[in-house]
Amino acid sequence: MDIPMSFYLLVSFVMFFAGVFGFITRKNMIAMLMSLELILNSVNINFVVFNRFLFPEQMEGMFFTLFIIGVAAAETAVAIAIIINVFRSVNNISADDIQKMKY
Amino acid sequence: MDIASITASQVIFFILAAVILAGSVMTVVSRKLLHAAVYLLFVLLATAGIYFLLNYHFLAAVQISVYIGGILVLLVFSIYLTSQVGEKMDEPGIVKKTVTMLISMGGAVFCFWVLCTGQFPYADQIHLNEIDMHAIGQSLLGTERYQYLLPFEAISVLLLACIIGGILIATGNTKKED
Amino acid sequence: MDTKFIIALLILAIPAFNFLLLGLGGVKMSHRTAGLIGTIGLTVVAVLSYYTAITYFFDYGCMEGAYQPVIGPFPDEANPAFHWLQFTDHLTLDLGIWLDPISVMMLVVISTVSLMVHVYSNGYMHGERGFQRYFAFLSLFTFSMLGLVVATNIFQMYIFWELVGVSSYLLIGFYYTKPEAVLAAKKAFIVTRFADLGFLIGILILSYYTNTFDFAVLTDVNGPVLTSPSGATFLGISVFSWATALLFMGGAGKSAMMPLHIWLPDAMEGPTPVSALIHAATMVVAGVFLVARLFPLYFILTPEVLTGIAYLAAATSLYAAVVACVQTDIKRVLAFSTISQIAYMLVALGVSGLGGHEGLGYMASMFHLFTHAFFKALLFLCAGAVIHAIGSNEMDRMGNLRKYMPITHITFLIACLAIAGIPPFSGFFSKDEILVAAFEKDKLIFFCQYFVAGLTAFYMFRLYYGIFWGTERDYGKHLPHEAPLNMSAPLIFLTVLTCCTGLLPFNELITSDGRPFDLHTEWGIALPSIAVGVLGIVVATVLYRRPNPLPQRMADSVRTLHRAAYRRFYFDEIYMFITKNVIFRRICSPVAWFDRHIIDGFMDFQAWWSNALSFRIRALQSGSLQFYVGVFIFSILVIAGLLIAFVF
Repeated sequence: MDIPMSFYLLVSFVMFFAGVFGFITRKNMIAMLMSLELILNSVNINFVVFNRFLFPEQMEGMFFTLFIIGVAAAETAVAIAIIINVFRSVNNISADDIQKMKY
Repeated sequence: MDIASITASQVIFFILAAVILAGSVMTVVSRKLLHAAVYLLFVLLATAGIYFLLNYHFLAAVQISVYIGGILVLLVFSIYLTSQVGEKMDEPGIVKKTVTMLISMGGAVFCFWVLCTGQFPYADQIHLNEIDMHAIGQSLLGTERYQYLLPFEAISVLLLACIIGGILIATGNTKKED
Repeated sequence: MDTKFIIALLILAIPAFNFLLLGLGGVKMSHRTAGLIGTIGLTVVAVLSYYTAITYFFDYGCMEGAYQPVIGPFPDEANPAFHWLQFTDHLTLDLGIWLDPISVMMLVVISTVSLMVHVYSNGYMHGERGFQRYFAFLSLFTFSMLGLVVATNIFQMYIFWELVGVSSYLLIGFYYTKPEAVLAAKKAFIVTRFADLGFLIGILILSYYTNTFDFAVLTDVNGPVLTSPSGATFLGISVFSWATALLFMGGAGKSAMMPLHIWLPDAMEGPTPVSALIHAATMVVAGVFLVARLFPLYFILTPEVLTGIAYLAAATSLYAAVVACVQTDIKRVLAFSTISQIAYMLVALGVSGLGGHEGLGYMASMFHLFTHAFFKALLFLCAGAVIHAIGSNEMDRMGNLRKYMPITHITFLIACLAIAGIPPFSGFFSKDEILVAAFEKDKLIFFCQYFVAGLTAFYMFRLYYGIFWGTERDYGKHLPHEAPLNMSAPLIFLTVLTCCTGLLPFNELITSDGRPFDLHTEWGIALPSIAVGVLGIVVATVLYRRPNPLPQRMADSVRTLHRAAYRRFYFDEIYMFITKNVIFRRICSPVAWFDRHIIDGFMDFQAWWSNALSFRIRALQSGSLQFYVGVFIFSILVIAGLLIAFVF
């Protein structure tokens, strides 16, 4: 049972930057939302791993993860509501085309 | 690492890690939205696996039920609502793609370099002590030190607000149209 | 407060109130109401002025055998005037009322002429657009001019001086749709402002060295200013000479002395009654009044400046008389005649002494100012009646008008006789005194003025014959007719004044030291002056009574001189050359270039680069979330890298 902490962190880094890449390059807003979920997940892994390796007697990391999952759920729900609404009004969910709010 | 000394948990970790790596990359590059959602599903599942591996059973359960059972289902529904099945998404521009790739790869390499050069105490020792459900419940609903009633309530209110907000946003336009 | 000062304040307040009333409420009034308000106000002012004059000269003015200035409006002997501004411990600016022989005389002149012009304007300006505005400006002018003459100190005088200038500007430019009128107004304003610059500097120098603005101190013969003046000099010339010369520069600007006379002929673009009031009778004599007011200062401290004034004025009178002989625009002829006659008054002041018979010139100057105001206003109003009938200023459109306009003809003739110096009209008496004074002081000036007297008679009768005799022109269907009653009544009234003002005993009323002196007509000088006047009239009669080729032949024989005189000896051209080619091109253009390219350029450069920079970075605010996130991540990486590299 000796997988070093850095292995877990490595997985989390890759996931994080994959999320960043997706968030920047994707045009579809749902795809952007999915990239966002990736980023949140990688952060969750980080919390849990640090909790487990560095402070195994405490539960802060776990609770942070728990709360992040809750917030993510809320955020996703609202975001999808907005996306659906936007889709209904402009029939498109490409982030480049949603520019009406700018003016 | 010696081949002979490979443990079961190491094997499981590497499988999970491979799924996560491949899944997250595929999630962001796949040109079909529904495929991306499926890759995301595997990533989330593998993450839950990692939680299991680290002995956070409760967390893994929450991950599966909320993320996969809630968020992902929502995403799939919205995909069906907004796009045609099999529709391919536009490729991003080559300049944008290259620059973003450079930033992401650079970031990953940078973090990896920090990881390699940095020092973490106890980093290689792990204590897989089981976390008692009773303790989790106590911590969530207590007001002592290291107890989290206030964030718990805040999250509850937030979720309520989101439910109401989601309903309002989703139905706001239909009233006008009527 | 004394009754006399309440009356004097009323004299000032009524025109000021009329100005505000007509200026603010005029648009709501009918023409008739506006004219009536102005005229009735001025009638009251005139009556009050006569009352003031009579009570001053026969009641409270004369103390211990001499006329003393009476200063108000407060009974306090030390501080009779209202303290308005305190500059330093010693130097205060007061507003008050000063009644002495010349200011009372000016009150009478201004209110009389102004009243006549008001009455006349009711007919002359009938139906004009801006009738109410015209009367408002007339009231403003009357107020300013009255304020000017009763000023107790030189700074108060300066304030009203400028007010007079601005109302003159407004009235010259009354027909503001005519480009010539606008240009003339601008020219008058700029030239007189330029002269007033000298006036202001003179005031500042004078007050710096004497610590006072008050005429009472400045002209006190036994006071500290005149008995122990400061010995300071500048460029080898006493500061007082500088101050008085600069003060006179302001006076020369207003009184159209050479070389600042160029605005007055152009000012004839204004309505003719305005020319009569402002540019013949009252405002243009402000320079004469200024010198007369400060006469002890000029005579005791700076006699050389006074002599300079005499020579300058003599030259101006000769110049203006020569130019007047060849002008064809009747108002221009009268304008140059005005310049010439004002120069006469200044000559008289320049050759005058102080006290007793020595002060004959002073008295003659004031006398001529008084009589000239009436007959010159009369001439202008007659010219106005003619212009009103013909619709043109040019002499060659007129002729043989005597049978159409008998009243105007007679009154104009009398005024011409007066200005030509023929007894018993008023001009003879005053001009004679001036010639006597000049004869006693300086023979050169005397002969110059003697010659000018002849020229005056000549050009006035050239004008007279040109208008009322000569060939009859084609007047079209509308034959010229006599002016209506409200225009001819002022003519008759002024004619009466022209006939009888010469008999006033000025030697007992208005003298340089306030004490009366004996005066008897010097027939040795009077007879030749009558002779030269008659000679001028005879020459004009021969040349212009009937159409004949003689004038043309004479003009041809001295063609260069004739053309130069017709172009007013090229003064305007010289001014244009100096301003355009010398000042604008050599001085202003480089300064403007420096301003435009160096100073503005520096500012423009700053604006340019910030604008260019903003234009470049504007693209960053694209509103694209993905771009922001990319930059955000990149920046975080850079910052983290820097922190790790340099801090940890």
